[in-house]
Order: sequence, then structure tokens, then C-alpha cells
Amino acid sequence: MPMVDTVNTLVRKTPNWLLYLIGAAYPAWLLYAGFTGGLGVDPVKAMEHALGKVGLQVLIAVLLVTPLRRFTKLNFLSWRRALGVIAFFYILLHFLVWMVLDVQILSQVKADLIKRPYIIVGMISLLILLPLAITSNNLSIRKLGPRWRKLHKATYLAVALGGVHYIMQTKGFEYEPYIYLAVVIGLIALRKLPKKRATPQVKRQAA
Amino acid sequence: MAHRWTNDLTQGDVTPKSAYLNRRQFMAGMAGLGLAALAPKANAATDLTPTDFDVITQYNNFYEFGTGKEDPAKHAHRLTTKPWSIKIDGLVDRPGDYALEDILSKMTIEERIYRFRCVEAWSMVVPWNGFELKDLLDLAGVQSSAKYVAFETLYRPKEMIGQNSPFLDWPYVEGLRLDEANHPLTLMATGIYGKDMPKQNGAPIRLVVPWKYGFKSIKSMVRITLTDKEPPTSWNKSIPGEYGFYSNVNPEVDHPRWSQASERPIGGGFFAKRIPTLMFNGYEKEVASLYEGMDLRKNY
Repeated sequence: MPMVDTVNTLVRKTPNWLLYLIGAAYPAWLLYAGFTGGLGVDPVKAMEHALGKVGLQVLIAVLLVTPLRRFTKLNFLSWRRALGVIAFFYILLHFLVWMVLDVQILSQVKADLIKRPYIIVGMISLLILLPLAITSNNLSIRKLGPRWRKLHKATYLAVALGGVHYIMQTKGFEYEPYIYLAVVIGLIALRKLPKKRATPQVKRQAA
Repeated sequence: MAHRWTNDLTQGDVTPKSAYLNRRQFMAGMAGLGLAALAPKANAATDLTPTDFDVITQYNNFYEFGTGKEDPAKHAHRLTTKPWSIKIDGLVDRPGDYALEDILSKMTIEERIYRFRCVEAWSMVVPWNGFELKDLLDLAGVQSSAKYVAFETLYRPKEMIGQNSPFLDWPYVEGLRLDEANHPLTLMATGIYGKDMPKQNGAPIRLVVPWKYGFKSIKSMVRITLTDKEPPTSWNKSIPGEYGFYSNVNPEVDHPRWSQASERPIGGGFFAKRIPTLMFNGYEKEVASLYEGMDLRKNY
């Protein structure tokens, strides 16, 4: 499959700094657009929602890496760490915009973090992502050994909670947030499904 | 009868912001990026941010045209507003279809500068043009057995493309108690800033109840029904635990998902400071007596 090989080579050769640069360009653009009217008359909410939604999308992209390798042989593994770290920063910025520019009042922030279920769910998701972001480096992988893989499976939980958080803050009925959660659930299901089918392959490898 | 009520907000509250103010807010905002933004001082109740015409017409919740704030400005041009009539029925002496031109020929249009507070905790100051709802109800002759007024928005999914989505149970319906409907603050608005009502703001005629959350102020109205029972209201049907029949602006009763103690004035950019929300949206003196003895926490 020459197409797949070409893509895989391109992906492998992409320098990490380029991914981080593109990742950083997005919030920078949001800030610029916000100051120049590009985000409409309520740039705070527009930025808050954009960071949350794009953060969720990038996290879903992170979860897509494994099934893409399994089912299409497309290999984005060398992008996964950068995507994960970028997504974490988007979610962190989403939280900071909410706290500093939207709610503003510290006592109200505290009250919301204790009282509002959708904010609690979002906060738990961010807190799960925090140790994953901190351990997204080679040293941590070496030090943690097999525990690193276990720890980073928590990504699934964080992304699922992110999807739930999105649904919980909608007003009337909208399809979009349910599509995100359905995709996340589908990805978790895929993770469970192929292992059984892969058994003969494992045997072949063992032999 | 016009001019029963006098504005307490002045034209100064709606004058478009000067470049000076923009610059000052920007500078204050930059300084506020530090700790100041985390603990702003409470603003005085009168410290209202003026709202531009462009802001009022580009930031709307009018779900008949989509769920985004900018969707109504994008899609409302499809709406045809001529001819327009309002069906008035139920417990009235003279039920029927009232053509808008006939109604307007009997009314005196006046300007009302009102605070507008959305349940989503944002706010504007809007210079409406219109007449009191009571004057329209008097045209139809309300019978003594009537206790409530039900309202209905136009249902025309070909033009109101948001109605093709199951976002809400269409058509949009709202209601008031008769004494609320007869209150001199309750306005049938036909314009803003002296211009005909923009389509995204509820052309050609809409309700404005300034002491209640914005969703009570039903847009593009086609029907008024006088009843003796509390009528169903759209958001209450959709999420009864979050939106009640009364929906009076009340800083002490939180929405289940956010605080109602303060609000973000729209139009101030990235660093617009929150301002405290006022009881009955600042119309406590005028309307508090309507709710004497009522538990406003229960009757949210």
C-alpha cells in the first residue's frame, strides 16, 4: 500500500516542534480574532467554547491512533504525545478562560466547582489529564515501566468525562454533543473488540 | 394609554461606546490579567455598559433560526413579516385576527430603555420602541374570568429553519399572569433604536418583560390567548427543573447549573467586568408588589 507508506513516512518525519507550533498557533489565533472582532461580540464565551471543543477533538484524535494502526496500518504513533500534550493545554486554557475571563469572581468559581455537576465532571476530567501530561516524556516512560501504559489508559476516562461534560451544559436538544460521546464510546468498544480476533496473530508471533 | 411609565435609564445608557472607553477598558483589562481579574470589586448598580445596535442585532437567542448566538443574524432574513396579524382568543369579548397595521394605527409608540437580562447570565441595555401590552388586551376586551395570558411564536419551518430541529417543542409558547401582562412595564415592542424590529430580534412584534429572564419575552408573536389556567411555557416543558413559569430575575436564586448573582454585559470585549444582578433586574420598586407573600425560590 504505497499511499499508506507515504503517509506513514510523512508522519514519522514530521518534527515535533512543528506540531507544537501548530498547536500553539490556534489559541494565539483565537486571541487575535477575539481582539479584532473575529469571534463576534462575546469573545469570552466563543474562546471558552472553542478551546473546550477543539481540546475534545484533539483528545479523540489521540484515541484514534491505536485503531488506525490496527485497521488501516496508518501509523500516527509519533504524533500521539504531541497531540496529547496540546489537547491538555487547550483544556487547561478552556478552564482558565472560564475562571478568569468568564466567572471572574473567585468565590463564585469556588462555589461552581463544588455545586455544579457539569463543572465538577469537567474538572475531574482535567485533573485526570494532569498526571498524564506531566508523565508525557521519555524519562517517565522509563521510570514507570509497565505502569505508564496503565496510567495512560486513563485517557479514555478523561475523554469520556469530557464528552459527558459537553452534553451536560447544553440547553435544549442538540445532536452534536451526543455525536462526540458516541465516538468516544465507539473507540472504547473498538479497544475491547479486536483483542479476541488478534489472538491467532499473537500465536503466530509467539511461534 | 401611553407614557404611564418613565425611563430611569437615559439615552446616555445606549449611546455607542466612545473609542476612549474601549481603550480604557483594554488598558484596565491588561492590568486585570493579573490578580485583579480574579477578585474584581463589586460594581455600583448603576454602572451599566451601554449596548451598541450591532451588538443587540448580532448576539441573539432566537432558536427558531439556530442554536448559535450568530445564527439568527445569519438566517432571519428568510422570515417574511408582511402580512402579519395576531390572533387574540380565549376569554375575550372580541376574539379574532388583529392585523398588525390596524393594531398600530390605534397605538402610541414610545421609547423604553430597559435592562435585558438573559437566564444565561449575560445582559444588555436595549432602547425598545413599542406600546403597552395592556392597550392591546383592552382592544380585545379581557373577560373577568381570565387569569393568565398565553403567547405563541410563529411556526413556519420553511422560513424559521431552526424549527426543523427537535431542539424545542415548536411552536415556542410563553405565558404571564394577567396582572403581569397588564403591568405598565410590559411592552409589545415593534422596534429598537427607532428602527423597525430587526428580524433576528423578533420582527415584526415581540413581547418585552424587563424584570423577567429574556426567554419570557417571546418573539415574532402570532397569538395571544386569555385563559383561567396557567399556560404551558416552552422552556418549562423542556427542562422543568431549570426553568419555571415565573422566571423573574433574581440574584438570590441560582440556576441549577450556574449562579445568577452576577451577569456579563455583552459588548465589552475580552475583559468586560461582571456586574451584580439586581433583584427583578432593577425593577423591584415597580413589580415587587406583584409577588408579595410568594416564595420566589419555589416559584422560580
